[in-house]
Amino acid sequence: MPEQIEFDAVVVGAGPAGASAALALARAGRSVVLVERGPFPGSKNVYGGVVYGRVLDDIVPNWWEEVPVERWVVRRSTMMMTGTQSLSVDFRSQAWGSAPYNGMTTLRCHFDAWLAGKATDAGARLVTSTVATGLIRDSAGRVVGVRTDRDGAELRAPVVIACDGVNSFLAKEAGLLPRAEASHHTLGVKEVLDLPPGAINERFGVQDHEGVDMEILGCTRGIPGGGFLYTNADTVSIGVVVSLPELAASGVRPEALIADLKAHPTIAPLLAGSTLREYGAHLIPEGGYDTMPVLAADGLLIAGDAGAMTLAAGLWLEGVNFAIGSGYAAGRAVDRALSKGDCTAKGLASYRADLEGQFVLADHKRLRKAPSLVLSERVQQRYPGLICDLAEGMFTVTNPTPKAGALALTRQVAARHGVKLRQLAGDTLRGLRIFG
Amino acid sequence: MSAVMPGAGKWDGISFAQRMATVDFRIGARAHIAVDSDICRSCTTKACVSACPANLFAPTADGGILFNYEECFECGTCYMVCNSEGAITWTYPDGGHGVVFHHG
Repeated sequence: MPEQIEFDAVVVGAGPAGASAALALARAGRSVVLVERGPFPGSKNVYGGVVYGRVLDDIVPNWWEEVPVERWVVRRSTMMMTGTQSLSVDFRSQAWGSAPYNGMTTLRCHFDAWLAGKATDAGARLVTSTVATGLIRDSAGRVVGVRTDRDGAELRAPVVIACDGVNSFLAKEAGLLPRAEASHHTLGVKEVLDLPPGAINERFGVQDHEGVDMEILGCTRGIPGGGFLYTNADTVSIGVVVSLPELAASGVRPEALIADLKAHPTIAPLLAGSTLREYGAHLIPEGGYDTMPVLAADGLLIAGDAGAMTLAAGLWLEGVNFAIGSGYAAGRAVDRALSKGDCTAKGLASYRADLEGQFVLADHKRLRKAPSLVLSERVQQRYPGLICDLAEGMFTVTNPTPKAGALALTRQVAARHGVKLRQLAGDTLRGLRIFG
Repeated sequence: MSAVMPGAGKWDGISFAQRMATVDFRIGARAHIAVDSDICRSCTTKACVSACPANLFAPTADGGILFNYEECFECGTCYMVCNSEGAITWTYPDGGHGVVFHHG
């Protein structure tokens, strides 16, 4: 007979969703175990990335005084590029460089461990190096715990919160996530490069503790996706995120896309002399609202990437904040269900209602059509070149030939890129409808 | 339509072995990936070979797939791009084993 331990709740995965769920439950006085398969929280996680901390305001007051931050993002640059051109919209705000801040670069082994530490401080029990290998169900089919690979020990509770990430085997086993669908996922590959803080400050025009977030379109050889560059304290994170089926169909090696980006004339000088510290990769559930699984079953809730909560809406690329928001809401919903003595899907239904009423599902619902527009053929393969050529046409002095009018130039450049003005206007309208 | 970047295919002078040497792997005794090469022999795309970011899959002369499980990022790309149901079976490595990211 394997060992059985009873709790009020079992949370699987000590990423931001799981740590937040465990924190909410521990604060409510519930006994909760947080199971992590890696040797420490964050050890299996890779992201861009930037964490947007507003979601933490109510959870950890003055979180910015203690969070393990690399740099506070004060510059957000959105770039379109071709092999030989680039055009940036570069926004800077010094307001983002002081409390209460907006976004920060941080590394997941630091950030996730910090948040899980909040949960254990509140009384949650963290068990690392342990895989939750399957769900335990009672005779009525309700989930009542998980089996683990630690001598077959069973962790039992009236409810399990699956925060086991993008591959969520628990959600699949529960039948909530029917099948891994490649088209709902992107692959992110990232290199972290060593660069002295002084070089980062000079090259990116920032002071110590200030950072830059660059999002790049047109750097993925036409494979739907984009690139990113983030400054950390003494490293730079650079990488690409690409559609999984399109990457597979292209036959292109993912690290070759990073090599392309690093060699681009706009990017290369920023990275000169840097050396590779760590290479990594991770899948991202980017399908958005319409691809989310059912979030509750009898004795089971799903939060974070397991629930496809990452928001990949072109202008907005957010994930950790959605994991925290959904995880904390899941923990509170479980506390309410335990109080009522009803942990069925019906008893746990306040979870979804809570998410619909706050940014987590409200943003997803509003931007549900964004992923398909952002990854569409024209946005990916034609517009970066079109926009760069338009800028080049505007700013190239053609004396003695008189300047072409803006409309004539647009017509000419659009035709060169196989785009009709009607399509350009249509996509603009579509974008306004989605983002407006 | 997309322009090919200068340096495309040149791979930035870092060999794949050098790239993977930057990653901390705590290799477990149990293989967490299984491949049914009988199924692979009828596969025409072999998408796992090019898409796996850790480059763990290699085609064999007889049309099968040879793979390593040791230096796996545990991302899930291989089983998601596999176009044949059941050719790649993939679970997590045993607790505490596998990749450990320090800059993820």
